[in-house]
Amino acid sequence: MCLGIPMKIVRLDGQEGEVEAGHLRRRANFSLLKEVRMGEYVLVHAGFAIERVKEKEARATLKMLKDVGYSG
Amino acid sequence: MIKDLAKEINRNSSGKSCTIMEVCGTHTMSIFRFGLRTLITDKINLVSGPGCPVCVTPNIFLDKAIAIASLKNVIVATFGDMFRVPGSRSSLEKERGKGRDIRTVYSTLEALKLAGRRPDKEIVFLGVGFETTAPTVAQSILMAKREGICNYSVLCAHKTMPEALKVLAEGEGLKVDGFLLPGHVSTIIGTRPYEFLARDYSKRCAVSGFEPVDILESILMIIRQDRPRVEVEYDRIVSKSGNRRAQSVISKVFSKTDSEWRGIGKIRNSGLKIARNYSEFDADLKFRPKVCPGAEKTACICGKVLKGLKKPSECSLFAVSCTPENPVGACMVSSEGTCAAYYRYAR
Repeated sequence: MCLGIPMKIVRLDGQEGEVEAGHLRRRANFSLLKEVRMGEYVLVHAGFAIERVKEKEARATLKMLKDVGYSG
Repeated sequence: MIKDLAKEINRNSSGKSCTIMEVCGTHTMSIFRFGLRTLITDKINLVSGPGCPVCVTPNIFLDKAIAIASLKNVIVATFGDMFRVPGSRSSLEKERGKGRDIRTVYSTLEALKLAGRRPDKEIVFLGVGFETTAPTVAQSILMAKREGICNYSVLCAHKTMPEALKVLAEGEGLKVDGFLLPGHVSTIIGTRPYEFLARDYSKRCAVSGFEPVDILESILMIIRQDRPRVEVEYDRIVSKSGNRRAQSVISKVFSKTDSEWRGIGKIRNSGLKIARNYSEFDADLKFRPKVCPGAEKTACICGKVLKGLKKPSECSLFAVSCTPENPVGACMVSSEGTCAAYYRYAR
């Protein structure tokens, strides 16, 4: 249940916006983080960004998730 | 890389047995999914703990949710994980089959939007989860208050991890040498709340990420410690102080309370309840659901499994009358439950 996925911020409207990982695109809320920027990677849990993730690390995690067909 | 790490663990294992408990359901699934137990020496005994929030939510919470769902003009919104968990007499899934309006949502934001769209209905969100999820629920209550959404409330069963770890560290029955601490709970709370484990109970700890490499590196960290301490393997995400903004949202909306953990019992100060300033969003107070204690399923040993005392295969129901399709205990329902992990990967 505590699963978090690193996702890229692709749209920002105030404290809400859209995040993307591979083909998955979702609405997300950024109010639990201080000042996020477009293009930044964040860890998304249950519709909220809960931490920032460095791009290199986010990409590595996403690649691993893709490689193993992670669905959890 | 995985094989190299496993070799390194086996080389560093002193020959003395070491019991390490992973307390997060997502860790349990990764360990099984990648067969990590089979790669390392059997001197290292990996046991699963009570880190699946669905598994530790007691019957009475489900019974209350079902009682509320049966009221007129109520829509119950829940994360999908809770849907099939059995209560004393029924489950949310069965109740939906009877025509109750119970919907799965991806986040509290969806439930809040539903409340905005349906002012003729009361939307009750089932607040289940540890510190990772609690701020997202707290934030929905703050948003409802700010936007004057009066038909939204939360049936709250949030739990906090450090108090449960204290009970496990005090350990009746199972002696744990070290803990793999939960990565995303720690994203929120940081590492300070765990320091007592090393200081007062001499437990060796590592906050771990969820990839196989993370878990093996964390095990290596634990067995290499010359004195008990809390280390962070998942330092790309977890800081010592955690997400302070999320912590402040939690402490604004919730207050600490004693909480019942399925199979473990009541743990002092291990739960969160909605604070008095936000009591209009407390579904328990708003609807006062009436429930009576149900019959316990005595043959199910979920409680012992959750404390690492028994393996699922030691349960007489396991894979016979308790399967993921027809679960008896919560540990088989949740995709992150220990019984589900054993059923899928280690039968």
